[in-house]
Amino acid sequence: MEHQAVVGAVKSLQALGEVIEAELRSTKRWELTAEGEEIAREGSHEARVFRSIPPEGLAQSELMRLPSGKVGFSKAMSNKWIRVDKSAADGPRVFRVVDSMEDEVQRRLQLVQGGQAEKLGEKERSELRKRKLLAEVTLKTYWVSKGSAFSTSISKQETELSPEMISSGSWRDRPFKPYNFLAHGVLPDSGHLHPLLKVRSQFRQIFLEMGFTEMPTDNFIESSFWNFDALFQPQQHPARDQHDTFFLRDPAEALQLPMDYVQRVKRTHSQGGYGSQGYKYTWKLDEARKNLLRTHTTSASARALYRLAQKKPFTPVKYFSIDRVFRNETLDATHLAEFHQIEGVVADHGLTLGHLMGILREFFTKLGITQLRFKPAYNPYTEPSMEVFSYHQGLKKWVEVGNSGVFRPEMLLPMGLPENVSVIAWGLSLERPTMIKYGINNIRDLVGHKVNLQMVYDSPLCRLDAEPRPPPTQEAA
Amino acid sequence: MPTVSVKRDLLFQALGRTYTDEEFDELCFEFGLELDEITSEKEIISKEQGNVKAAGASDVVLYKIDVPANRYDLLCLEGLVRGLQVFKERIKAPVYKRVMPDGKIQKLIITEETAKIRPFAVAAVLRNIKFTKDRYDSFIELQEKLHQNICRKRALVAIGTHDLDTLSGPFTYTAKRPSDIKFKPLNKTKEYTACELMNIYKTDNHLKHYLHIIENKPLYPVIYDSNGVVLSMPPIINGDHSRITVNTRNIFIECTGTDFTKAKIVLDIIVTMFSEYCENQFTVEAAEVVFPNGKSYTFPELAYRKEMVRADLINKKVGIRETPENLAKLLTRMYLKSEVIGDGNQIEIEIPPTRADIIHACDIVEDAAIAYGYNNIQMTLPKTYTIANQFPLNKLTELLRYDMAAAGFTEVLTFALCSQEDIADKLGLDISATKAVHISNPKTAEFQVARTTLLPGLLKTIAANRKMPLPLKLFEISDIVIKDSNTECIQYVGAKNYRHLCAVYYNKNPGFEIIHGLLDRIMQLLDVPPGEDKGGYVIKASEGPAFFPGRCAEIFARGQSVGKLGVLHPDVITKFELTMPCSSLEINIGPFL
Repeated sequence: MEHQAVVGAVKSLQALGEVIEAELRSTKRWELTAEGEEIAREGSHEARVFRSIPPEGLAQSELMRLPSGKVGFSKAMSNKWIRVDKSAADGPRVFRVVDSMEDEVQRRLQLVQGGQAEKLGEKERSELRKRKLLAEVTLKTYWVSKGSAFSTSISKQETELSPEMISSGSWRDRPFKPYNFLAHGVLPDSGHLHPLLKVRSQFRQIFLEMGFTEMPTDNFIESSFWNFDALFQPQQHPARDQHDTFFLRDPAEALQLPMDYVQRVKRTHSQGGYGSQGYKYTWKLDEARKNLLRTHTTSASARALYRLAQKKPFTPVKYFSIDRVFRNETLDATHLAEFHQIEGVVADHGLTLGHLMGILREFFTKLGITQLRFKPAYNPYTEPSMEVFSYHQGLKKWVEVGNSGVFRPEMLLPMGLPENVSVIAWGLSLERPTMIKYGINNIRDLVGHKVNLQMVYDSPLCRLDAEPRPPPTQEAA
Repeated sequence: MPTVSVKRDLLFQALGRTYTDEEFDELCFEFGLELDEITSEKEIISKEQGNVKAAGASDVVLYKIDVPANRYDLLCLEGLVRGLQVFKERIKAPVYKRVMPDGKIQKLIITEETAKIRPFAVAAVLRNIKFTKDRYDSFIELQEKLHQNICRKRALVAIGTHDLDTLSGPFTYTAKRPSDIKFKPLNKTKEYTACELMNIYKTDNHLKHYLHIIENKPLYPVIYDSNGVVLSMPPIINGDHSRITVNTRNIFIECTGTDFTKAKIVLDIIVTMFSEYCENQFTVEAAEVVFPNGKSYTFPELAYRKEMVRADLINKKVGIRETPENLAKLLTRMYLKSEVIGDGNQIEIEIPPTRADIIHACDIVEDAAIAYGYNNIQMTLPKTYTIANQFPLNKLTELLRYDMAAAGFTEVLTFALCSQEDIADKLGLDISATKAVHISNPKTAEFQVARTTLLPGLLKTIAANRKMPLPLKLFEISDIVIKDSNTECIQYVGAKNYRHLCAVYYNKNPGFEIIHGLLDRIMQLLDVPPGEDKGGYVIKASEGPAFFPGRCAEIFARGQSVGKLGVLHPDVITKFELTMPCSSLEINIGPFL
């Protein structure tokens, strides 16, 4: 009977449960390979070469054509049984050097065949194994005995419960094959949401929970006026450089601007007013008309605040937006030409810097960031301005997580907002907290067409205030 | 944000004490600076050019400090030290004085030829200055920092500093044809005409960036002394004759430019920073500038301005309760000498010529808050009561996203900017037919236009994910941009966003029925019934260059065309480097609000 067939039978009996007990006992033994058996029978290649050479020698080319020619020749040469005469008239000729020889290889293989492999030294065996004449095989044997549920009649285990078994009640009498709970399940076919946009949803949720109303931001194209001038950003400001901002060739200029308001903005820039010295330069309408891809969503905030200022009487508001902005910057692992900006704005009577810090604390707490500190900073359109830093446990240092400030009166008063109304605002990018949250180092792995869809498929829910997954411990790894 | 690099030991010596790196970092943070990097010349060179080149370089420790973009008075060691010492109340802010010379005042006469190219000039003299190597280096470095920042890379203002003892006034600031200007410039051994110089500097890594400012003008600006010696050809280069050295004792400073206000600020900054090393500390000798209209002005202005701010305004804006006296003390620490006057609630603040950034009371409020310490301010929640509303288009988008995923499609996020090829050639369209907005200054082809359809982004996502198991079912809901000359459009800019929904099915079979089924599902979600009625939706056979002939339909809903669906044309599939059939759907969701 075939050995493997017996092993198979033992294994299937084992699978039935406790019918038998089988203890595995492996043994190792040496066996000849097919080539080894041929050599044991007919002699080694080198011996066969030796024997085929007559006393008058044999042309090397002819010898090479023999079945054992190539392997046998080099072995016989290194055994110094034969020699080659290269000066022979019709090409190199091979002659015997010795009259007779011992075919050691054949003798050793015959020993193994006779079950006496142990008579060979370790070195001799491994040499034969290298020549692929000998192989060490492991023989699986089992010591079989009766199991606790031993029976001479066996019944096949059921794999699954079926409707018939339920209706007939046969499930009561049938053994069921145990499940392997270590195996993975089959993932459901499903669609997936993009991780960055999952984070966007959470930020929207946070703002809505805090009572902030969403501003319209569905205008990627903006005039320089709303993007810069309305924010009291002077026309020679470096951000208005070709190197930093995408300007438009077509349509190159805004068709219409609110001219009354434009005049007030112009006066504030060039001459001052509203308690300001102004920047004292020649303000040009042409420059303000230039169209661009908005460099921040603050342009949309400016439009929203302008609309608010036109409504009398003034009512306090809380606004937010999350949308794309564009920068003509040098690209690297953390900078793309477009990214998402998150912005929050509160307009009310008598807002203070303490209010701004208080609302930032609430906002960042909802993100799971509790350790904050504030650094004085400079932004062209906020004064006072403060950068927001949080302590990063992983990096063991303070990292900037946002920028904030109180909008300048030179921005608000020309819009027509009442003088005692303050507007506090803050902003941050959507990508940066997402990259930190998900441990992504290259922004291209997160945004754009080069993302790996598997990453999208596998990404977990976004729960910003939940503790991040602990790093794998040494044991688990 | 400009970065100023100072030698640590020199800084500590000037500050009169040493700090640990952490202590100094903390001080910077509090003052609104950032200790960006601790390095040395050797480390910098070794990083940029390798260890071999760095072998001989200095390993003196350098602090690289980020300075707010509007604080020109902190752009050099002298200014940083003065600012920090006043902040820490170790010294009183010096008072800068303009004095008339004993002899004749230095005069700079502007001729009318400059009007069209660079009409403004200001000047001043630093008398009996004492440089050391470090002071001299700082003087040169400050000019460079000013050039790069407030001077907008010399376009608005250019600075020239000269050894006055080699020159004889009065000076003339004029403009001449380039071929008529000839002089020996800094660091050259012979004379060149301006034309020759502009050619030579085309390959100069430093100067080539400034050539464009005057290159195509018929006349170039130039300054001469009374003997016809060229002081400088602004904004490009100074003459070699009047070059300053570490031994120079009397310096003539001129600033020329297109922005008069900024030229005056720049001059004020240079003289306030370096008059520290003059024999009469913090005094600057006046110079007279005669404008083409005959009017004459004396510079530097060194103007001290008085502002009046009520103490309760500062308290109210910051959210603190400090006495007027304390607030005046806080402001004085910020280099703004202040005192309580009048009814005891008014604070009179003196704005020195170094603080050109103070243009409004809000700037004063900020300085009070910084001196108080941002992190000492009590945090409170505003009582602003509001009801939140979502932007309707975004609300609909959010709802649809979740149900698109529930329908088995995976969301992608692609770029709003792309190449002309992506939206036109690859889809079998002519670019003029796309009504796309065009970017005038793209650095690469990836940013030529704003997308007019979401389809290319989805196809590119598939191309980057060809190893993923099929089928691929993707969607995106985002904005595209179309040119729009309708002035009724509230944006007034000549272009408009539209919120699109696009979905693709990519597999061994085209799967039109899948995409068609998705449309039916979307319409179900939007509560739009099938049918030709005004409230319903229907698809009608159509054509489109992106679609396989006979496999394209136009979608009509609520009485208007909202998009198309169909099997993509094999040419489109090939052009996006794909190999399998693909069907797609793209609609404008605006009409369903």
